[in-house]
Amino acid sequence: MDRKLIFEISKEGRKAYSLPACDVPETDIETLIPPEYLRKSEPDLPEVSEIDLVRHFIGLSKLNHSVDTGFYPLGSCTMKYNPKINESLANLSGFAKVHPYQDESAVQGCLGILYNMDMMLAEITGMERVSLQPAAGAHGELAGLMIIKAYHESRGEYNRNKIIVPDSSHGTNPASASVAGFEVVEVKSNGHGCVDVDSLRSVLNDNVAGLMLTNPNTLGLFEESIVEIADLVHEAGGLLYYDGANANAILGISRPGDMGFDVVHLNLHKSFSTPHGGGGPGSGPVGVKKELVPFLPTPVVEKNEDGYYYLDYDRPKSIGRVRSFYGNFGVVVKAYAYIMSLGADGLRKVSEAAVLNANYMMHKLKKYYHLPFEQPCMHEFVISGQKQKEKGVSTLDIAKRLMDFGYHPPTIYFPLIVKEAMMIEPTETESKETLDGFIEAMVQIAREVEEEPETVLNAPHGAAVSRLDETRAARNPILRWKD
Amino acid sequence: MNIIEGLKYSKDHEWVRAEGNKAYIGITNYAQLELGDIVYIELPSPGDKFEAGDVLGVVESVKTAADVYSPVSGTVVEVNEELAESPEKVNEVPYESWFVILEMDDPSELENLMDEEEYGRYCIEEGK
Amino acid sequence: MSNYIPTTEEQQAQMLKEIGLKRIDELFESIPEKVRLNRKLNLPEKMSEPELAEHMYELAASNKNLDEYDCFLGAGAYDHYIPAVIEHITGRSEFYTAYTPYQPEISQGTLQAIFEYQTMICGLTGMDVSNASMYDGATALAEAAAMSCKVTGRKEILVPCAVHPEYKEVLKTYARFNGSVVVETEYKNGVTDIDALKSKISANTAAIIIQNPNFFGSIENLESFAELAHGNGALLIAYVDPVSLGILKAPGEAGADIVVGEGQSLGNPVSFGGPYLGFLAAKEKFMRKMPGRIVGQTVDKTGKRGFVLTMQAREQHIRREKATSNICSNQALNALAATVYLTVMGKKGLKEVAQLCVKKAHYAYKKLIETGKFKTVFTAPFFKEFLVKSEIPIQDLNKKLLDYKIIGGYPIEKNYPELKNCWLLAVTEKRSRKDIDRLASIAAELSSVGSGRLK
Repeated sequence: MDRKLIFEISKEGRKAYSLPACDVPETDIETLIPPEYLRKSEPDLPEVSEIDLVRHFIGLSKLNHSVDTGFYPLGSCTMKYNPKINESLANLSGFAKVHPYQDESAVQGCLGILYNMDMMLAEITGMERVSLQPAAGAHGELAGLMIIKAYHESRGEYNRNKIIVPDSSHGTNPASASVAGFEVVEVKSNGHGCVDVDSLRSVLNDNVAGLMLTNPNTLGLFEESIVEIADLVHEAGGLLYYDGANANAILGISRPGDMGFDVVHLNLHKSFSTPHGGGGPGSGPVGVKKELVPFLPTPVVEKNEDGYYYLDYDRPKSIGRVRSFYGNFGVVVKAYAYIMSLGADGLRKVSEAAVLNANYMMHKLKKYYHLPFEQPCMHEFVISGQKQKEKGVSTLDIAKRLMDFGYHPPTIYFPLIVKEAMMIEPTETESKETLDGFIEAMVQIAREVEEEPETVLNAPHGAAVSRLDETRAARNPILRWKD
Repeated sequence: MNIIEGLKYSKDHEWVRAEGNKAYIGITNYAQLELGDIVYIELPSPGDKFEAGDVLGVVESVKTAADVYSPVSGTVVEVNEELAESPEKVNEVPYESWFVILEMDDPSELENLMDEEEYGRYCIEEGK
Repeated sequence: MSNYIPTTEEQQAQMLKEIGLKRIDELFESIPEKVRLNRKLNLPEKMSEPELAEHMYELAASNKNLDEYDCFLGAGAYDHYIPAVIEHITGRSEFYTAYTPYQPEISQGTLQAIFEYQTMICGLTGMDVSNASMYDGATALAEAAAMSCKVTGRKEILVPCAVHPEYKEVLKTYARFNGSVVVETEYKNGVTDIDALKSKISANTAAIIIQNPNFFGSIENLESFAELAHGNGALLIAYVDPVSLGILKAPGEAGADIVVGEGQSLGNPVSFGGPYLGFLAAKEKFMRKMPGRIVGQTVDKTGKRGFVLTMQAREQHIRREKATSNICSNQALNALAATVYLTVMGKKGLKEVAQLCVKKAHYAYKKLIETGKFKTVFTAPFFKEFLVKSEIPIQDLNKKLLDYKIIGGYPIEKNYPELKNCWLLAVTEKRSRKDIDRLASIAAELSSVGSGRLK
């Protein structure tokens, strides 16, 4: 039977709200607002009692896989454990119930967190300053690319309208470049999955504004030629952009600033443990080297000699605002608490454990699945289901079968340059026992592909719904409930 | 490989059926197989002008999207409205599912396209 | 090991051995020596959980908060009541520790909740389709503007001065880089001057943006702007306060083509500016040009109803540089809070909240004017926010009000120099008559030149 929608359990006359009676003199609304501005019928919303509501939404929650209910090795997404203390702290009234336009003197704690996060993230990435305004990774990318464009324009170099991205990059890279008004040029990867330096050299010229790189890249490999790449791009007058999606591999080990990057974004919801919320809110701070600081979004939090924090709006070269207020502050609070609870040693241990976990899994799985790139990986790795595909079982089928074992599947069919790709990122917060359990499931599935492929092809077997018809959804979109 | 005789083919896997100065344009069987279940087609409007190689429309499947390029230059005289309602027709009968009819500027451009034999060889190369 | 890393040192040694290594450092040998950080990061010493809690309590305590102060500040972030049940739903870790619902079979909870959210946003705005939400109201507006350019093939966006200054700034930032042009127009008596718009609209105009109620709190005549836009082949983008839609005419009914807004008021705390959610809804014909995630209904193999992310060919992971936007997430948890809020309130409750806001705001306005210390600025009808002119600078007044546990209104002069000493006050259903009376009398007293401290 179909699970009911909230609208389908609605009953006229039920209510879940409790509001105070009007204690100011009663006035007819039509005397305050002209009747032609008023709606004639009530908005189409459900009517339920509180218990209906609770059972409905708690029931929905139980249909989700989540980090708190099971292993979530979704490559490139860093689904690490989200410490509970950070949730409690962000909910304190002194953070959650503070209005963004209160007088500076009344929000010193909030501004202090923003300022100190700026400083700590700058240290972690090797940048000069960091803006916490962008609301997500892709938003940080957009802000960073706008900064690059504004920088070139400030030097009269209006011709620099091209951004180079590797063919293994996240889709957001070319999309953000396009929204920021750039043309996108793609460079090929070499046999090691890294940027092909010769092909990079061939596209560098006076029109290049910059190169966007994820390092380690989306195959989980460190760009071995990073120093040479940075030199080449800089010699051509371009800037280097660091997509921080994979920063969980390098905390305290290597800094984008030292690798030669000029602009960095981080995903606080990945490396810095803030929960993903089912797709958001995240936070995508953008950091820059010294000569780019004037271009950061307004406002910037500053501190005067007396230790008083204030908002600096007087920034004539700034790209302007990319979001209202100061970013996803509530998310920043959690990431701040995370960094404070780990310190420098703790952060380094995060990356060490994340990289060890990934290498351990890769080592165990390569006997059963094709491994396109043999060298040690960083915090994640890509295997291919091409052996299994030859038997008629695709990576999608393997992914669905993993659900029957209580695991979220890895990222699949990405990066695009590996056929039947499965991108696995265990993170540091999983135990050896959990990794072994997942490996065992993958081994069993590999055996099933040989012996009883139907079991894999028809998976999942125990989920709330079986495989869904995505073609039907896209051909005749039904995007809301109708009576 | 399902290729029809008498049509002209582009490297981007469009087919052209010429009737006088009119060119019927669609995508090939090879293209629809590569795309999978087609869910939506974005078409131009009558009167739009295209140079050979311009993006004429977009075909979307669930997991991918591809631009459709105009194999010849000309002006759109008619678009196949039926495809907006039933994009699956392109999967079912690709060579009957024309996207647009162009009034060609220069029918000699057809000579730049492949015939069925050349296209067949081209597809085998592409598939490798 | 830290409390968040479960592998023991012994297990780590064992794992290293299995992969044929001796030391963890060997895992990082692919990083060139030159770019390794051969020192400790310069960060504060780590804190235990109790120490961290103490540190954070202190920081939190140095901020004035709305539990302890009566808030009359709005200007884009509002102190509406948040029903207790909301945090019990958003606090379910099956919701907050999940990712974007890429695997629909094990994400039906998030997907169905978003589908319900989309339905409610459509119901509220009178539009056909809604996306799964955006970063905030300002970015939703910038995305709507970019969408209107794609739909019309035009480049110019007309933005009245009565639109929130920060939204305009975000719009201008996006426009500077995506090649569109923002043209600002004047206001008159607190509402957008339609004659000013008429003189600027042209065959280049992609859209007119109208915020309703506008930044001054005044209610705009959406229908007249829809007519003007459509008469010139442009779209009308309405930026609305969702709470106001409990009583105000749905923008869809008034002729808007795209409706966006800030969803914070729907069950999300003010949280020093974020996280919030932006909503974006449109007429069906523009569906394929919409940015962001969208959830659609379908069936599984057995014919059972289920939900999936759909129309993904618009998006960055497929279309890369040709995507409708670079956005790849939504504010799912905030959208969930909004969905639960709208469910709690239902059609009757939201109307009641909106009515309480209108009545209390008008009562507050009357009380302030009656003191004789505050003057009327505009006479246009308003919803829950309004302007009055003070005799003393607003920033001074607000500072003094803090001593009485009152957070005063927005000093609008910051953005509109011509509105010197004008005070933008917001009154939600949370403010009681007593709170309002107290504000009026204390503010009046403080405004008296040379007044001493009231006690």
